[in-house]
Amino acid sequence: MNILQKTGMIGLGTALVLGLAVTSVPKDAAAGWEPRKPVEFVIMAGKGGGADKMARLMQTVIAKKKFASKPFTPINKPGGSGAEALVYLKQKTGDNHVIMVTLNSFYTTPLRQPGLGIDISTFTPIGRMAEDTFLLWVHSDTSIMNVGDFVKAAKAKGNKWIMAGTGKASEDNLLTDFLNKAYGLKMTYVPYKGGGKVAKELAGKNADSTVNNPSEQLGFYEAGKTRPLAAFTPTRLPLFKDAPTFKELGKDFVYFMQRSVVGAPGMSGEAAAYYQGVFKKVYDSAEWQKYMKKKSLQGDFLTGDALKAYWKNEKTIHRAMLKKMGEIK
Amino acid sequence: MDIFNLLMDGFAVAFLPLNLMLIVLGCTVGLFIGAMPGLGSVNGVAIVLPMTFLVPPASAIIFLAALYYGAMYGGAISSIMLGIPGASTAVATVFDGRPMAMKGLADKALVGAATASFVGGTISVVLFTLFAPPLAEVALTFGAPEEFALMLLAFATFIGLGGDDISKTFFSIFIGLVFSAVGLDIVSGQPRLIFMDIPGFFHGINFLVLAIGIYGIGEMLWVMETSQGKVMVSQATVTVKRVMNSLREVVHAYKPMVMGSFLGYFVGILPAAGATPGSLMAYGVAKSIAKDPDSFGTGNLEGVVAPESANNAASTGSMLPMLTLGIPGSPTTAILLGGMVIWGLEPGPMLFVNHKEFVWGLIASLYAANLFALILNIAFIPAFIWVLKLPFTILAPIIFILCMIGGYAPTQDMHDVWLMLIFGVMAYLMRKLDYPMAPAVLAIVLGPLAEASLRQSLIISHGSFDIFFTRWASGTIAVIAIILLVLPVLKMLKTRLIDNNVSKKPG
Amino acid sequence: MRWAELVMAIVMAIFSLYLMVKSAELPIGWITGEGPGGGAFPFWLAAGMLACCIWTIVSWFRKTNPFSRSDEPYMDKATLKLFLIGAGSLTAMVGLFHIIGVYATLPLFLIFYMRVLGGHSWTLTGAFAAITPVVTFLFFEITLNITLPKGYSEPLFYPLYDFFY
Repeated sequence: MNILQKTGMIGLGTALVLGLAVTSVPKDAAAGWEPRKPVEFVIMAGKGGGADKMARLMQTVIAKKKFASKPFTPINKPGGSGAEALVYLKQKTGDNHVIMVTLNSFYTTPLRQPGLGIDISTFTPIGRMAEDTFLLWVHSDTSIMNVGDFVKAAKAKGNKWIMAGTGKASEDNLLTDFLNKAYGLKMTYVPYKGGGKVAKELAGKNADSTVNNPSEQLGFYEAGKTRPLAAFTPTRLPLFKDAPTFKELGKDFVYFMQRSVVGAPGMSGEAAAYYQGVFKKVYDSAEWQKYMKKKSLQGDFLTGDALKAYWKNEKTIHRAMLKKMGEIK
Repeated sequence: MDIFNLLMDGFAVAFLPLNLMLIVLGCTVGLFIGAMPGLGSVNGVAIVLPMTFLVPPASAIIFLAALYYGAMYGGAISSIMLGIPGASTAVATVFDGRPMAMKGLADKALVGAATASFVGGTISVVLFTLFAPPLAEVALTFGAPEEFALMLLAFATFIGLGGDDISKTFFSIFIGLVFSAVGLDIVSGQPRLIFMDIPGFFHGINFLVLAIGIYGIGEMLWVMETSQGKVMVSQATVTVKRVMNSLREVVHAYKPMVMGSFLGYFVGILPAAGATPGSLMAYGVAKSIAKDPDSFGTGNLEGVVAPESANNAASTGSMLPMLTLGIPGSPTTAILLGGMVIWGLEPGPMLFVNHKEFVWGLIASLYAANLFALILNIAFIPAFIWVLKLPFTILAPIIFILCMIGGYAPTQDMHDVWLMLIFGVMAYLMRKLDYPMAPAVLAIVLGPLAEASLRQSLIISHGSFDIFFTRWASGTIAVIAIILLVLPVLKMLKTRLIDNNVSKKPG
Repeated sequence: MRWAELVMAIVMAIFSLYLMVKSAELPIGWITGEGPGGGAFPFWLAAGMLACCIWTIVSWFRKTNPFSRSDEPYMDKATLKLFLIGAGSLTAMVGLFHIIGVYATLPLFLIFYMRVLGGHSWTLTGAFAAITPVVTFLFFEITLNITLPKGYSEPLFYPLYDFFY
């Protein structure tokens, strides 16, 4: 009785599935590889952060413009500065339905935690969507107008000068370390959770300076609460024309945050080509271009071997920086 | 009266036929999403976000706000009916809501929760309307020391929530705090407590995993034992007359409701605090000002209305730092923030200046959503009561399934489902020995906030504790917290001494 | 109850020790000018757990705790049976998620509870077993965009995805 019923049920289920299969013949089976199920869109950071906002914008553009036949479902895996996400992708080696949004912890986390056994050169390059920029910020109530004033003020306060940033050995910490070394400062670095929180600490005068991305500090800047002093970019940013670059000031230092999409290692060539196509379309969309302009994002679309070469170069730079900081040997 | 006119314009938008329809739809969907353990307003808002590009931004916001409020109401339903807090904001509602449902007073608890939510929402919207910009300035100056002082206060207000066995109560607090430390240490940037190097621990132990494990699985195993597999609640009934009577009784509990609303709103405003500490503190305060504090935890209506009014007031409050500072006070507002960016609205200090109609449209729709959520919630009470009357062998597997899928949904990691199962079984075994579970759940919510703010403060002060007392705001809060922490200990010592004297006399 | 109290306290004491060892992987002391190290918070709290366990064990030996005097069994036979059914069926369900997926597991779980334990009619059981996976699929996968584990049953769902998207 029991078994009979069960087989009956399973039979019913199979019939249902088959019935659906017949009614829905894949639309363009000849047009190359297509995802068979919703694509897992892993985000290497927490909800509400810069990477998360960007991933959700990409997802929305893909859905709205119907760039893909199946939905992209975002999943946040912020654990261990991205270690969790990297290990997850490694476990999914050969899976054609897992892609990830990455930032610079893509380089630093495997370097700092060699035990994870992550080799980023095995990951499938899909597309670099943008490079985020960094500026040095102070509160606008201070009389600090340029980097010279900043150095004077910070020197006078010694280690009582508070620099807020997003976590130890993060991008912000690397930049703070650079400033300390380049100008002989002793700023105290205080790690907070998330760039938005950091921006608020400066606006609320709980910190003396920050090295936020424009997207994080823009609201306070427009409200006249904070002031950019200099940019870590090769040329001046159109949004902040009055802020010189550190290069102009004689310190040859340029630093970017990558905003890239990678696929699981060992993804098939057809699938990689498919995702590269999708994200190229996203990059070229009016929505993405508008967003880049508004948030002062830089960088062209990079893919394939060019992206791999970019990663290799960035990894070398980050290794050197972490070594200088004493974070790795 | 400029603000008043702006609010009226907002209402005019909210009550257009299309928007009204969206409000009803949003509230209904939100109510059900919120009532599912594991799913809350975060999921609802995140899912609907991509769909909102089909309608104009104003309608999209209204839909999202309705969903948000519906889910906030729904969280209380799961707390009362199933004893499982659907979200951390609804933990405090379990303490008295669950015992009320077990006594057959589920309808009263539900009416109380709905009414309190409405009162909390109303008071907070009025406060928002009147004081938004100056409060945003205050919120901005809150730094790490103030945050830590606030956490201290939150711990102090619910220190009395444990059981009789002090060693077991402290054990529960400590284990919750240790579990909250699993994952990443943000100050040193190092992973920590990665048990057996399982990558699933990198993201830490989610509050929901512990809460669903304890209140869902552990509780169901416990009910199975006590009822020996018969029915859960036999005497659940609902009639119009009973609802009216309940309403009358709820109105009498206006004191904790008003207190909860104000407290919730002000705690909610502070960035990073959010609705959870607000509702816990409201529960603690309601207990300490009540005439019969001992009846708390056994099904006191005041214990339901205080946290419920506070969490709704706080969710309106947490909109303030999101809109004015661009800092999300809760995960839900974080997603809303993302949505606003996509619509081309930049949250931050300029939003109130550049996009007035958006801000007030949002506030007005929150308010309208609040009203409809109240009506819908009361209308659905018979359906919820009917669910309680289902035989145990139907209700139990459905609750188990909800727990399992609800535990999986937030992180989409089977690791969390296994962890939840282990927590559930352990919670059951420990509960039989009178280990209290609530302190652990509260500790895992507040632990990360407390530790990070403490260590950030100490880095700023180079290791000196003076920082908590030299700043006026943190100093004031810290002193109140310390007084509250010391009082029960003194009281306990006093009763001990008297007890000892009494028991020694005959001997 | 008497022995269960002692065993639980000892097990938890061992667990606390493990937590302390694990926390000590990061600095647990006071770092000058910085405050407590990364492992300090969990280490000292785990030490607190250990202290609580020792307290419980001491009161067990002094018999000042109600459980230390209780002769009642921790679980009688009927309770043990219920516990094993409850915990066992849940473990089986989660295990099957990995192998045959959520949608094939749910009907089996419902049949077990409703028919085998509850003795409900096949009509009712069948209705629940058939409707629950369908509702779950429509709600989670289609509406909420949350993909649930499917194990080896995954290819069966490709046509469904093609149909819905």
